[in-house]
Amino acid sequence: MWRVGKVVALYDETATARTITLDVSDWPGHVAGQHVDVRLTASDGYSAVRSYSIASAANSERRIQLTVERLPDGEVSPYLTQEIAVGDRLELRGPIGGWFVWRSQQTEPIQLVAGGSGIVPLMAMIRSRAMAGSTAPFRLLYSVREPEVAFYREELQALSDHDGSVNLTYAYTRAAPRNWPRPPSRIDAPLIANTTWPSNLVPTCYVCGPTSFVESVTGFLSSSGNSPDKIRTERFGPTGDRK
Amino acid sequence: MGIVSRGFSGRRSGAEVKLPPGQHLTTGFPVLSAGPTPHVPLDRWEFAIDDGTNVLRRWDWKSFRDLPTETFTVDLHCVTRWSKLGTSWEGVSLDTILADVKTDASHAMARSYGDYTTNLPLSDLRNKQAWIAFRFDNKDLAPEHGGPARLLVPHLYLWKSAKWVRGLTLMHQDKPGFWESLGYHIYGDPWREQRYSGDE
Amino acid sequence: MSSHTYDYLDGNAAAGELSSLFTMDVTAARGQCAHCGAINRFAEAHLYMQGPGLVARCSVCQHVLLRLVNARERVFLDLTGMACLILDT
Repeated sequence: MWRVGKVVALYDETATARTITLDVSDWPGHVAGQHVDVRLTASDGYSAVRSYSIASAANSERRIQLTVERLPDGEVSPYLTQEIAVGDRLELRGPIGGWFVWRSQQTEPIQLVAGGSGIVPLMAMIRSRAMAGSTAPFRLLYSVREPEVAFYREELQALSDHDGSVNLTYAYTRAAPRNWPRPPSRIDAPLIANTTWPSNLVPTCYVCGPTSFVESVTGFLSSSGNSPDKIRTERFGPTGDRK
Repeated sequence: MGIVSRGFSGRRSGAEVKLPPGQHLTTGFPVLSAGPTPHVPLDRWEFAIDDGTNVLRRWDWKSFRDLPTETFTVDLHCVTRWSKLGTSWEGVSLDTILADVKTDASHAMARSYGDYTTNLPLSDLRNKQAWIAFRFDNKDLAPEHGGPARLLVPHLYLWKSAKWVRGLTLMHQDKPGFWESLGYHIYGDPWREQRYSGDE
Repeated sequence: MSSHTYDYLDGNAAAGELSSLFTMDVTAARGQCAHCGAINRFAEAHLYMQGPGLVARCSVCQHVLLRLVNARERVFLDLTGMACLILDT
């Protein structure tokens, strides 16, 4: 069941990622963590479908935001990050997904772990929490190559500074800011132990990013005592032909 | 058809070459998979021809590599609509493999490490139409493309060219393999665009 | 002899495709592998979708749980790899 969204705003989050705001007149509402499938069709009927997480908060509006990262070999992401213009229409299917979601009725501690563009559905959860006035304790561990490619920096900083209700830790894997206490490296067991909710608080964990990232982080979260049914995962990766 | 997306044409290039219907040219070499890439150590690799009950011939890597090989250049056509022209390979012809095999079987099920299978008429494996290929583009065949060795049957859609091939089961009756049992054409001739079951 | 390359996604990526067939969300459903008996959320299944069809595999034993092919006006769906699927209404 395909809906049509109209592009009403475009915002470049980084040099390679763009947030697209869409007006979807028949949008039924969504839950944080859900995604949409976007379908592009060329004039000869050739079409390509890709999934993108909804970045905006669950609310009663008929507007949603997607944040799309341009993949070097991508077929759809270059179009969405460079070609698309305000006024264009996009076909979408969704909202999709019922497991990798956070609902404001949840009051338990929440541990979010993002790898690269895996931050997008987790940001929807953070934004939904704010919009709902929830006081559920949130921690975010956000792994990126370097500061320049992180999404939503100012917004995350403001939330973290404001009342500390979203505890924020960055893990830089390629290049860190000067005087950063931790040398550039991937998430490891000590970082999980030091920055995530202790497992005896029984947090619900959401891990999102490339498959290798998700498998690695899930392993660390399990080893530190979180049980499998408290760890929800969403793996990102190419869904078009792998070149 | 969906609404047309202004300015979108996808990855395809339109070159002036003759392609089977519905295909487009690709410059890469897409990797398609139905499951995890098997990693088969060469000292455990084997290729066997059986009749469903008995093994008729078996080669380990050493005896397989002692067989005469050919280098050849062929075009590949995948049912997902990409075609890659002029690909260079080295492999052992199925004519060589089947030379000493006495059988009145009409078909074969190619079996791979992992659980992939695909069925073919035996006559499509003979007469210089098929190889067990182990080198692509002057390099050992990479695991993601079917290495150490894959079946290559370029006159049919590429799903018939079973990656990580481990043997052939000879059959007196055609039986559908992994994709043929789920809607894909039992034979798969790209020039007649036989993609799905029921296509003429 | 199986791979440690991370060339799969998970059940979440199949949800859009399956939403045209199932009216209830499949990602939160629990599925039992017909081969090894493991019961897991479909969202956690290993998903291979860069190919002629979509293949979901048990994250424990790697056997096929579900296969789907879009063949123009028909959809071929094979659920024989799941002994049972428990969906929440």
